[in-house]
Amino acid sequence: MDVAGLLRDFPELTLTGLEQGAIYALVALGYTLVYGVLKLINFAHSEVFMIGSFAALWTWQGLGFVYDAEAAPLGSFLLAVLVGVIAAAGASALTAVTIERVAYRPLRKRNAPPLAFLITAIGASFVLAEGIGVYTHRAPYGMPRLLQPEVVFQLGGWKFTNTQLIVITVTLLAMVALDQFVSRSRLGRGIRAVAQDPDTSALMGVNKDRVIFLVFLIGGLMAGVAALLWNILPIGVAKFNMGFLIGLKAFAAAVLGGIGNLRGALLGGLLLGVAENYAVGLFGTDWKDFVGFVLLVVLLMFRPTGLLGESLGRARA
Amino acid sequence: MREALLEVDNVTLRFGGVVALNQVDFTLYKGEILGLIGPNGAGKTTCFNAMTGVYRPTEGEIRFGGQRISGKRRYQITKMGIARTFQNIRLFPEMSALENVMVGADAHHRTGALSAMLRLPRHWKEERSGRDRAHDLLRFVGISRPGEQARNLSYGEQRRLEIARALATNPQLLCLDEPAAGFNPAEKDALNQLIRKVRDSGVTVLLIEHDMRLVMGVTDRIVVLEFGKKIAEGTPAEVRENPAVIAAYLGVPTDAS
Repeated sequence: MDVAGLLRDFPELTLTGLEQGAIYALVALGYTLVYGVLKLINFAHSEVFMIGSFAALWTWQGLGFVYDAEAAPLGSFLLAVLVGVIAAAGASALTAVTIERVAYRPLRKRNAPPLAFLITAIGASFVLAEGIGVYTHRAPYGMPRLLQPEVVFQLGGWKFTNTQLIVITVTLLAMVALDQFVSRSRLGRGIRAVAQDPDTSALMGVNKDRVIFLVFLIGGLMAGVAALLWNILPIGVAKFNMGFLIGLKAFAAAVLGGIGNLRGALLGGLLLGVAENYAVGLFGTDWKDFVGFVLLVVLLMFRPTGLLGESLGRARA
Repeated sequence: MREALLEVDNVTLRFGGVVALNQVDFTLYKGEILGLIGPNGAGKTTCFNAMTGVYRPTEGEIRFGGQRISGKRRYQITKMGIARTFQNIRLFPEMSALENVMVGADAHHRTGALSAMLRLPRHWKEERSGRDRAHDLLRFVGISRPGEQARNLSYGEQRRLEIARALATNPQLLCLDEPAAGFNPAEKDALNQLIRKVRDSGVTVLLIEHDMRLVMGVTDRIVVLEFGKKIAEGTPAEVRENPAVIAAYLGVPTDAS
């Protein structure tokens, strides 16, 4: 155990943790929104993220963006991000909505038991991952390096890099926007109404299918944004099974914060990211995933409904 | 000739072997207050649920304004103009009183998701008018704290809030499922006034209620169910004198004299 190392690298580990945690949080939103409304754990959501990643990659390749971050001017960086986010968010949202339409809605119409949904979710996840796996020959694809991480400003021992600032800012903005949407808008009201009482909502004229569509759409868009941010990070590699671990962690983050609770997704994501990176400092990189899940299990012993409790209806988004 | 609003046409509803409704047949006319009464388990709530699309009749059909209800989705039935309250209060507990009513008002908004996202002026106009209407309805039923969470309202307020929320969907027909349950006499009198006010505002009312004083005092006509069958229909005075009804309520065999 390397306490001295943890203390020495504390600022860097914290910031890296927040950066990765922000991405977990964005993916976690998709789990939490769907759970809040349908009480369904959409395991295929990890593949929504994965497809977003590939969509950005293929779009960049198709348009001939080749990046040497050292030399790339700001203008072409912004253009690449814009094109990438449209491709990733679009593909992810389309995937999410298609999964709901093809896999879940028919089950809902037949009042299938929860286990049927669960197996369908796992099945959809495998089909998508393996489909892309076959298509890409199970090879990893390096992302064009869009941005060379560099320190933009320093505050004492805290060095903020450009990627950290971008990822964290984008995540917070997305969160605030979604929070406002759910707690203030008419559609948000519909989402909360269905989350609190689906049957009564229907009798009050809320179109449940539309609310469900909307929830999958938003979750997909957020996963697409997360996929793009993931590509901006220096680790950026697209692989058919990349969704598995990130999806699992995002799901853990959602549970940690209180599944069904939007703010819980943010808190859980950031907490998980930071804890993992402290574990890296303390025990070494091999222990990263180990510690994250131990944290989850221990925390749930004391707060079984997660840190902020379960409730989308309450819209403490 | 009175204009029929809702026609329950020979409706039978079976759950497995249990016959919950047996060839029930009655008509609800525009502008009246119709009472639906019967001993416990007579099928009142089942009948109600069939009328609001929760259950689908096994036989027969229910028509609203001449249009068949069976097979329609619940939100579509709401859009057709049928609203209801619940025997057990079913508000959105974590929303404010105002928001509860606005969910009902949202149902007949014209603008879709796109204009809401683009924040088009038409959307804002609707949002504002929905909010104004929600405030009006809260005043109409006598709730003075629009910002309060529904679960923090008093029992009587929660019942009245359900009525306000149902009215927000702009119904032609309001179905009240035991709205006076748990009320004291003063609250029942206030409810009597409120039901009349609702009718006078142009909404037809169907009332399921156990409290005979309220039912006899407020309704124009009454339909009596027992064991899923209609046993009587008429004005409160006629129903009160009807031997079959007296027997059903007092448990006297009809052939005993």
